[in-house]
Amino acid sequence: MRQLTYSEAAVEAICTEMRRDERVFVMGEDVRATPYANVLHEFNSGRIRNTPISEAGFIGAGIGAALTGMRPVVEAAYSPFLYSAMDQIVSQAAKSRYMFGGQANVPLVIRAVVAYTVAAAAHHSDRPWGIFAQIPGLKIVVPATPYDAKGLLKSALRDGNPVICFDDLTLLGQRGDVPEDEYTVPIGVADIKRAGSDLTIVSIAAAVQHSLAAAECLRQEGIEVEVVDIRSVVPLDRATVLDSVAKTGRLLIVDPAPLTCGLAAEIAATVASEGFHSLKAPIARLTAPDIPVPFSPSLECLMYPTVQSITAAARNLHRTH
Amino acid sequence: MSAELLSDTPSESSAHSAKMVPKPLALEMLRRMLLIRIFEEHAVHIRTTSDAMPGFVHIAIGQEAEIVGACLALRQDDYITGNHRSHGHPIAKGAELGPLMAELLGKKTGVCRGKGGSMHLASFAVGSLGESGIVGSLMPVAVGAGLSAQMRGTDQVCLCFFGDGGANCGPFHESLNLAAIWRLPVIFLCENNGYATTTSQTSATAVPHIASRADAYGIPGNIVDGQNVIAVYESVSAAVRRARAGDGPTLIEAKTYRYREHAEFEMVLPRYRSEREMSHWLRRDPIDEFTEHLLTSARVSGAEVEALRAAANAEVEAAVEFAESSPMPGPEELLQHLFK
Repeated sequence: MRQLTYSEAAVEAICTEMRRDERVFVMGEDVRATPYANVLHEFNSGRIRNTPISEAGFIGAGIGAALTGMRPVVEAAYSPFLYSAMDQIVSQAAKSRYMFGGQANVPLVIRAVVAYTVAAAAHHSDRPWGIFAQIPGLKIVVPATPYDAKGLLKSALRDGNPVICFDDLTLLGQRGDVPEDEYTVPIGVADIKRAGSDLTIVSIAAAVQHSLAAAECLRQEGIEVEVVDIRSVVPLDRATVLDSVAKTGRLLIVDPAPLTCGLAAEIAATVASEGFHSLKAPIARLTAPDIPVPFSPSLECLMYPTVQSITAAARNLHRTH
Repeated sequence: MSAELLSDTPSESSAHSAKMVPKPLALEMLRRMLLIRIFEEHAVHIRTTSDAMPGFVHIAIGQEAEIVGACLALRQDDYITGNHRSHGHPIAKGAELGPLMAELLGKKTGVCRGKGGSMHLASFAVGSLGESGIVGSLMPVAVGAGLSAQMRGTDQVCLCFFGDGGANCGPFHESLNLAAIWRLPVIFLCENNGYATTTSQTSATAVPHIASRADAYGIPGNIVDGQNVIAVYESVSAAVRRARAGDGPTLIEAKTYRYREHAEFEMVLPRYRSEREMSHWLRRDPIDEFTEHLLTSARVSGAEVEALRAAANAEVEAAVEFAESSPMPGPEELLQHLFK
């Protein structure tokens, strides 16, 4: 099977949909330079458009275009730039269908790069899926592989609802198997990336890759870890998580976003209330601390779950009774 | 108290213009203004004498001419977006009154199935893409509707209603800039009624006239007498022609006035509008002025006006009856309509 990088797979997803459906178009800052530079010749310039720096303006325009028959992809260069359009995303994209009693459809895809570990510092380095998950009316996907990036983006473009896709920067250059044939990955369905019987790790984005590496270390110690890639934050696939914990009895949630009120908290609460009797040990969460991201690499390297910290946390959980 | 807001007295041009508009259109202008006025009067009555209309209600009485003059310059397949002072917009665009009134009462038969209420009316069947409780929030959405029309190759336009308060917030600037650089078919209509709640436009805005902000975006900006339905109709029509021809957006500032408070409050606010100012604008009732012009120019008879008024009354009363006798949504509706 041929291999593509995550970034190539994502662009392929969008271009495939653009060829298939003339309503799909892309806009964002500098999109004609990156990541669509290699496909400009194929589409007329109106379908891949650079925007001025005005997120509220162009994300809102994406919403208006979606309400009136188009299927826009709006790209935010860095995830915190979405905050400049928060009112548009919340008041208009998320709420319109419900608030207007079903009259409105907002088939809008927003892509945002999640840049972290690269000394991008406080304003560029947020991992905000938990923030947006608290807004009813948005779907949120976070692919962890090139295969999932292509499949989830194609699903997002066909979903008919507002979908935010967060692209982990540290995965963009990673290569993986990506079929050329038509396929999609369903939104709202987690994926067991590695089966195991002793302990469940639920993780997201690049933490999935780190968790798989940790699982390999732990295998040497006789601990078989099941790694669940949550893939969608909204809708959240609680059933897959609960089934896994029913099998293993131990849950470690790994999320590079901050601790409080995040995805890990939601998964933990779900399992504590609906999977309580499966548990052999308290639920463990490994996340970033509740601080903005510091610039200095010697500080930033302390922020996020690593292969080492995941391995240690899983080992501790395995020992706990 | 800030400087008083006194418009220029109406010129003879509106009487002259009234002759130029075909009679059916003139009657339709009057009819729609009456529908708004009577609908709003009923809304006020229900609100002040019962608990049937909860939440925040913002009444458009006094602004009928700018609303109707604008909407009648549009086609059925053109779009509008609005704001929290919302009832007049879908009415002027041709929405059925029953579902609108039912929506204000939170009924299941409401145009938004009771999910939206007064500030969040929408009637997609007539191109009303929504009203908003957040000031300025729909301006970028209007730009998107214009973008959509341009990309789909239709000559539809989007008319964006917003107030003097909206002219100072970020999305106003982003929207005008974006519509200008892409030459989008959007008409930005500022319903300048002089106040954002209690704060005067003159104290809150760095320039005396919002229309002058068009210069900052390289687009035409026009001031129009918002109490003169023909003047608004002509100004918006010109902007619509521009937009359909692919020449881009226009900013129009309609000078108007709201006769009631910002919202139908229980509490009484400290006075922030002088008696002199209020009585000046009450003398410029847009419906009275237009009726008088039609009668004076002998285009319309008193009997025709009375017939129109009676029909409008009957239509609103039927809408109220429909709304009041409709059921509320049941618990099964709570979780519906979130996702497609």
